[in-house]
Amino acid sequence: MKNAIELQEVHKSFGTTKIIHGVSLDIRDGERHAIIGPNGAGKSTLFNLISGRYEVSAGRILLHGADITNLRPFEINRQGLSRSFQVTNIFHHMTVFENIRCGVLWSAGYRYSFWHRVGGLKDVKLRAEEVMERIGLAKRRNLPAGTLTYAEQRALEIGVTIAGGASVILLDEPTSGMSRTETAQVVELVRSITQGKTLVMVEHDMGVVFGLADRISVLVYGEVLATGAPEEIRANPAVQEAYLGALHKETADA
Amino acid sequence: MKYAPLNLGRWILWSGAALVFLIAPHLFSGGFALTMLTQMGTLILFALSYNMLLGQGGMLSFGHAVYSGLGAYVTVHVLNLMGKGSFYLPVPLLPLVGGLAGLFFGVLFGYVTTKRAGTTFALISLGIGEMVFACVRMFPGFFGGEAGVSTNRVVGQPFLGLTFGPAIQVYYLVAVWCFLGMAAMFALTQTPLGRMANAVRDNPERAEFVGYNTQHVRFLQLVLSSFFAGVSGALSCINFEIVSEENVSAIRSGGVLLATFIGGVPFFFGPVLGAIVFVFFVVALSGFTKAWLLYLGLFFVLMVVYAPGGIASLILMQFPVIRAGRWRELLVPYALAALAGLVVLAGLIGLVEMVYRLSEQGASTVLTVLGVSFDARSAPPWIVLGAVLAAGLAALRAAMRLVGERWGTIQLDLQAKAAP
Repeated sequence: MKNAIELQEVHKSFGTTKIIHGVSLDIRDGERHAIIGPNGAGKSTLFNLISGRYEVSAGRILLHGADITNLRPFEINRQGLSRSFQVTNIFHHMTVFENIRCGVLWSAGYRYSFWHRVGGLKDVKLRAEEVMERIGLAKRRNLPAGTLTYAEQRALEIGVTIAGGASVILLDEPTSGMSRTETAQVVELVRSITQGKTLVMVEHDMGVVFGLADRISVLVYGEVLATGAPEEIRANPAVQEAYLGALHKETADA
Repeated sequence: MKYAPLNLGRWILWSGAALVFLIAPHLFSGGFALTMLTQMGTLILFALSYNMLLGQGGMLSFGHAVYSGLGAYVTVHVLNLMGKGSFYLPVPLLPLVGGLAGLFFGVLFGYVTTKRAGTTFALISLGIGEMVFACVRMFPGFFGGEAGVSTNRVVGQPFLGLTFGPAIQVYYLVAVWCFLGMAAMFALTQTPLGRMANAVRDNPERAEFVGYNTQHVRFLQLVLSSFFAGVSGALSCINFEIVSEENVSAIRSGGVLLATFIGGVPFFFGPVLGAIVFVFFVVALSGFTKAWLLYLGLFFVLMVVYAPGGIASLILMQFPVIRAGRWRELLVPYALAALAGLVVLAGLIGLVEMVYRLSEQGASTVLTVLGVSFDARSAPPWIVLGAVLAAGLAALRAAMRLVGERWGTIQLDLQAKAAP
């Protein structure tokens, strides 16, 4: 099976602080892969390295076999990788429709065009409407994004991410701060939008992780402790020791 | 779903604008009014091009006069070559020359300035402005040194019977280019680049993660903006028949920033209003009083503090109230506020003018207002005008409180009605 993403001995330090120590990880084409780990393990940093937000200190990152190490975010995006953010990162003054459209324009081939009338682009409009339908915000299309509820903004965040039709999707804690019902809706949304695509997600909610992921990687102190199918991870004593055990203990204490 | 194949409001607005351009010189006749109208047209174009950076692209530039000024310099040389008979170009097409020159320098300098956004962009634009200004003295061959380069716009064969000697012909030349420029710049806001310029302004990081190089977006936006700046520079060259260092100066760059801000940065039409008010201050008011720059500065500060959305925002705020039929409730508070404002103005202007009379050597210190003469060297007028100002301010505060209360009630009602 081909790999969508390959990390080869990736290191990242900020000054003298090492955050990621030699992570090697294969994300298979078409799988749903969750990255879990305690706070400060470097999950978000790993996302930022893959998506080009941070520069890699050492090592290589491949996307569909092509080297994307230290490319700029827009270059990586154009090669078919799109990401969402843990803290909602949308265009607050624009309407829902305009937000989605921003995600569509480049991939639809209009790039920096100043000779097309954006309102007249039927393909862009259709694609944006399809995305709005999928994320359940079709009725909100003309509202400014800043006026949406938190859960709606999180859905819009995912909408902007998938709008360009990227084949590899990175979602950073898509359910953070959501109620149980909202979480269930997001899980269904993520399941449907990633059909036939590769998904990598950072997630704290173990219910979501074990329900969605084909494989799970456990990141502890900047290193991959284990990678495997959910049941393997659950049964792995080292993982239980380092992470799940600690989590259970926390829950028991609380 | 809203489906509007023909945006009627927009058609009315644009036809109205064209009509105003057409009949303005007949409404305000006289040489002075025509001078003002011509300058307004030029500045409208310049301010709109500036707002392509500040309003639409989030780029605060302190050196936009570089593009209009260099466009004007190139135009003046082309015009002089035409005067010598080197080649022929119809005068109405000269703004295109200025525009292309502006575009060229936009490519050149924009490559440097747009590498960064925010404060860094502002500082680099300031630096480039100073650099170009310094060049004026360093290369007198091209820039004509302190005196500048003068020209004669009546060259070659009349174009369709137009010589562009009479001021009215120049006005219509400016009006046509201004209208075309307005339409083109508005159209640009409706393109993928225009929309992504807004996206880069609001959230550059997210724009990068949907595939856009923010640097390219800023660069293209600046290059297009400098084209229109160049066109306005060429128009001012044709109008004044002289181009000097003032055309590329920081004063000019600051002026367009002031005009744009006063009009309203968040709205496409804001700079149009700003340019009209600004020219009124600079051209009309400067004929009446030496303190015009002080009044302009005060007005600018007031706008920044109390109406950061400019005149355009103040006007647009009223529309929901008018549509809801609640404007009658505001008539009395508005009238009271206007009245109090006039009292404040009277006191303020009196005091300022007295200060100017005293500070100016050899000027008469006796002022006459409405047939009443008084001497700025005596105490009574200071006491009286000071009291007028104080009373006016107190009244204005009370009136504004009333406006605020009524406004608040109406807004609450409107919100309650809008909520499902």
